[in-house]
Amino acid sequence: MDYALVVALEMVRAIAWLVLLSAGLAIIFGMMRIINFAHGEFLMLGGYTVVISTGHGVNEWVAMLVLAPIVVGIFGVLVERLVIQRLYGRILDSLLATWGLSMLMIGGVTMIFGNSVTGVATPLGGMAIGAYQVPRYNFVLIIAAALLLVAIWAVLKFTKAGLIARATMQNPDMAETLGIRTRWVYMLTFGIGSAITGLAGALLAPLTGVVPTMGVNFIAQSFITVITGGAAVITGTLSAATLLGTISQGTTFLSGPVYGDAALLVAALVLLRLLPQGITGRIFKRSI
Amino acid sequence: MTDAPLYSILETRGLTMRFGGVTAVDNVDFRLRDGELRCLLGPNGAGKSTFFKCLTGQLTPSSGTVIFDEQEITGWHTHQIVNLGVGIKTQVPNVFDGISAYENVRLSARRKHIPSVAKDLTHHTMERCGITHLARRDVGLLSHGQRQLVELAMVLAGEPRLILLDEPAAGMTGEERDRLAGLVLEAARSAAVVVVEHDMAFIRQIAKFVTVFNRGAIFREAMIADIMQDREVQEIYLGKQANVA
Amino acid sequence: MEKPVTRDPGFYIMLAIGLAVMFIAPVWLDLFTIMQITQYVVLAVFALSLGYIWGFGGILSFGQAAFFGLGAYTFAVASINIGETTIPLILAFVIPTIFGAALGYFMFYGRLSDVYLGVVTLVVALIFWKLINHTAGPEYSIGEARLGGFNGIPSIPTLNIPGEPDAWLDPAQMFQVFMGILIVIYVALRLLIASDFGRVSIGIRENETRAALLGYDVRRQKVIVFAIGAGIAGLAGAMWATYQAFIDPNAFSMEMSAKALVWVMAGGVGTLVGPIIGCIVLQWLTLKLGTMALLNSIAVLGGIMMLLVLILPKGIVPTLKMLAINGWTLWRQGKIGGAVAKKAVKHD
Repeated sequence: MDYALVVALEMVRAIAWLVLLSAGLAIIFGMMRIINFAHGEFLMLGGYTVVISTGHGVNEWVAMLVLAPIVVGIFGVLVERLVIQRLYGRILDSLLATWGLSMLMIGGVTMIFGNSVTGVATPLGGMAIGAYQVPRYNFVLIIAAALLLVAIWAVLKFTKAGLIARATMQNPDMAETLGIRTRWVYMLTFGIGSAITGLAGALLAPLTGVVPTMGVNFIAQSFITVITGGAAVITGTLSAATLLGTISQGTTFLSGPVYGDAALLVAALVLLRLLPQGITGRIFKRSI
Repeated sequence: MTDAPLYSILETRGLTMRFGGVTAVDNVDFRLRDGELRCLLGPNGAGKSTFFKCLTGQLTPSSGTVIFDEQEITGWHTHQIVNLGVGIKTQVPNVFDGISAYENVRLSARRKHIPSVAKDLTHHTMERCGITHLARRDVGLLSHGQRQLVELAMVLAGEPRLILLDEPAAGMTGEERDRLAGLVLEAARSAAVVVVEHDMAFIRQIAKFVTVFNRGAIFREAMIADIMQDREVQEIYLGKQANVA
Repeated sequence: MEKPVTRDPGFYIMLAIGLAVMFIAPVWLDLFTIMQITQYVVLAVFALSLGYIWGFGGILSFGQAAFFGLGAYTFAVASINIGETTIPLILAFVIPTIFGAALGYFMFYGRLSDVYLGVVTLVVALIFWKLINHTAGPEYSIGEARLGGFNGIPSIPTLNIPGEPDAWLDPAQMFQVFMGILIVIYVALRLLIASDFGRVSIGIRENETRAALLGYDVRRQKVIVFAIGAGIAGLAGAMWATYQAFIDPNAFSMEMSAKALVWVMAGGVGTLVGPIIGCIVLQWLTLKLGTMALLNSIAVLGGIMMLLVLILPKGIVPTLKMLAINGWTLWRQGKIGGAVAKKAVKHD
């Protein structure tokens, strides 16, 4: 019974992990049709923000939940103004340019901070479920992922800002004629997507160790989750994360993490073959 | 003239196309005799272009069948349909912008012929369409009307038995349109032709028997002279729906 | 864009340059330098593989390293087991080609479009990379060859003269063989592109819908193009393996795929010369920067990639060509007046 609970918890954590990794990218891809291939490095920036600020005495929760999103959000706005705004409508070019940005960031951070791994202690310690020790931090991740999804959904569905954002994404010309400043919408959307990514990177830092190349591992998983999910931000990310997370974690339990990783990738391939427009390209088509 | 037992080169039975809740093509029975030239008319949103795409394989119908030359082609891939002997010109010109007009037409001619024959066929077809002077120009740099003519040449170079044209006269100058009309009439002597069009001046030049669509179904089929006089046809264009008794 | 007909003087110029380098360099340059420039030859073949499928087939692959690595490992495993290098070299071309055909079938018959295509190729390379990385234990071996995981496979046999397993090629001979391969592939690709098959591929690159409307089976065409590109990349991988006498999972890395992309973009998509030049210039730059340790070479690579997309989307070679042609036209307009100039300009 306890074992089942632990397994279930691990499954949910794996799904939450993918959600956190991908939410920011999903917003940017789902709403702007831009592929930010430097996504992993935005996560990395979030992690570094935590490392540096806690090193200067800032409380770790403040660093994770407040500072990281702000720093990376501002960085995102800068990137949008300087690079992304020239690439709207050019989906492949956006991928190539941001791939370049990613390498630039990795190299840059390596030059400034060096190559070594910095650990961030996992807050909150462990708790016992029956005979097993489970880190309390897992719950933080799960709750954070859930809150994030709900928050994004609520904003998109119920607020005026959300409505404006959705309108701009669906029909920018029409939005312009209604007086919406689409340039601002794009900029803010990218900024918010980046902020969310910064938050995710900060939250995930204790589990992975902070190093310039940490983003490289994440980019593949998040990219795959977003593409497999399809255009809808919430339902796409959630459905893809659930499917892929379950398959990956399940395989890890049976055969170890190497096969678990591989299983995620293979599952994505199969899904893309069956649903070439992603899950929400066919199912849940009109959802947010 | 209508239910003649002559051979039908193209036929649809109960052709229906649904997009979500919208029925764009509604149970259409259509017959085209071999060698016939037919125009498809109707107001915007009548379903002409959707019907057209069901014929070309660009859309797979929700139900019903399409039959070409006694071969059922419902749901076939476009290239399979084309290889049976169908030539297609789409609403938005689909040409190879980055290469010359000559290359464009040659790629069509080469499909069925060895290089030397293809070369002659290309030159000959370009002459027919009056675009020989454009041979070396990259198609992307041509005017809209010229691109339409290149596309028409590509279609003709395929030596099709059935020619499907979707708004071929769009964007053409008066002179180009006259040439187009001449070409269509000439092509109709050796192939069956279906033309979807809005341009009334062009239609008057080429139309004989006409099918009028409205709201996804065939509203009327008659000779062009009768259609032009038809009160109810005028009304559907003006938006006043004729009451179905 | 390469002229479709091989009456192009550029073709013969390239051929001449290639042959000249092949025969003169070993005489003129010292052995050490020869060994240094051999890597450019190998990587140029890799660049060509992507340059061909992208520029002349309209297929943008983000995981070309998958085939590069596959060819490298195939060669390593086969040559260690067989003890001879001729058959392994052939296998290193054949096996990636078959795999490329299978993957291509999976992608193109599944109606995958642009972005999703890129993702799939990326994922496949990633799968290879991850799996090979974890094969460090002695239980992971094929015949006598241990896959070695992240440690890689050492002591890969040097190329030998076909039929004489002990007659190894010295560095100068290896260079010449590799140059020969590069030249043969360049010529073969030029001829392929000029052929009817190649012209159809270019049509598909321009407008898939119209290609289908002319009756061409676009999916089949793309599978073939993709498979050919895979084979060439695999061959380059094998060359890399024997040149270094060592191979590790980095052959499958995203960095490797990214390098190929940058080389082709820099050199110019839509030419064959472009990727070769892009490869040589950028690889040289990367190595130079590596020794200087001033600027991180990855950062520079990334910066260049960004600049290229934003400023020179066509790449260096086509931009230079355009400048050259426009310059020539302007010159003719200036020098020759009136009617003659008008006549000359109209030809464009």
